[in-house]
Amino acid sequence: MNIALSEQQSLALRRLLEAGLPLAPRPFQVLAEQIDASEPQVLEQVRLWQEQRLFRRVGLVVNHRALGFAANAMLVLDVPDALVDEVGRRLGQAPGISLCYQRPRRLPQWQFNLFCMIHGRQRDRVEAQVQELLEQHLLDDLPHQLLFSTHLFKQCGGRFAPPTGARVHG
Amino acid sequence: MTASSLARRLIDQFQHGMPLCAEPYRVMADALGCSEAQVLDCLQHLQVAGTLSRVGPVFEHTRAGSSTLAALAVPEERLHQVAARVSQYPEVNHNYAREHRYNLWFVLTGPNRAHLDAILQELEHDTGLTPLDLPMLTAYRIDLGFALEPTP
Repeated sequence: MNIALSEQQSLALRRLLEAGLPLAPRPFQVLAEQIDASEPQVLEQVRLWQEQRLFRRVGLVVNHRALGFAANAMLVLDVPDALVDEVGRRLGQAPGISLCYQRPRRLPQWQFNLFCMIHGRQRDRVEAQVQELLEQHLLDDLPHQLLFSTHLFKQCGGRFAPPTGARVHG
Repeated sequence: MTASSLARRLIDQFQHGMPLCAEPYRVMADALGCSEAQVLDCLQHLQVAGTLSRVGPVFEHTRAGSSTLAALAVPEERLHQVAARVSQYPEVNHNYAREHRYNLWFVLTGPNRAHLDAILQELEHDTGLTPLDLPMLTAYRIDLGFALEPTP
């Protein structure tokens, strides 16, 4: 039976995990040393977090741009509220859609409530794919827009645990 | 197995489902029929090349804290300056320009909703632009990595 990590240790562990596992034969041992804990303690905490479904996935986090998937498009649709779950589930299963979320409208500035992410190598192919998808699901009459990314300013892993001492000022 | 075919198989098979054990890279190597040293070497190369951001858990936003998708409609001549201001926050992990009146889109993550509200207010105060705040309501599909297209 391992002694559970202190609150401070588990916060520090989370920060380390957010930055990525060391590429070393015993990565959890390396992390354990950094937070003054043992490897079994760290593994137990990490498995507990996984059981609690704190992780969406565990594995390689790949930069799709470096792989040539440069056409990153966000498809937004204005779906009647009564239909959004059904449409969301259908689009969520469609090939080529990597994310499908319902988000709130912000009227009058923003009318769209369903968001899909599509990655492709070429813009015209992504456009054709979206058109086909909408027709196939009889959604092309719904108000929708396709927002291609034109510039990436920043991309890194989520930081849920704020750095020690960091504060939002004001 | 060549280095590039190993890279491909690692990306194909381990964007999720990486084992949480003392020697995860050895378990991955066993599954792929190569040595642990080859796996580590390959991952290091991918990281240096910029293909691999990192290895490990991707936290579930809704359980691991709070997050939102935010957007700003920035006058074109101020876009880079405002984008740099937004990127300064460690809480911002994705920050993209997109073709739209709302031309700057970023994901904010933090320990709780109040933390995000404070950042959004600060940004509005500093830029004079009102952010759209679009937190996720329902996930119909979450990103589990993506499939590589077959080699031409």
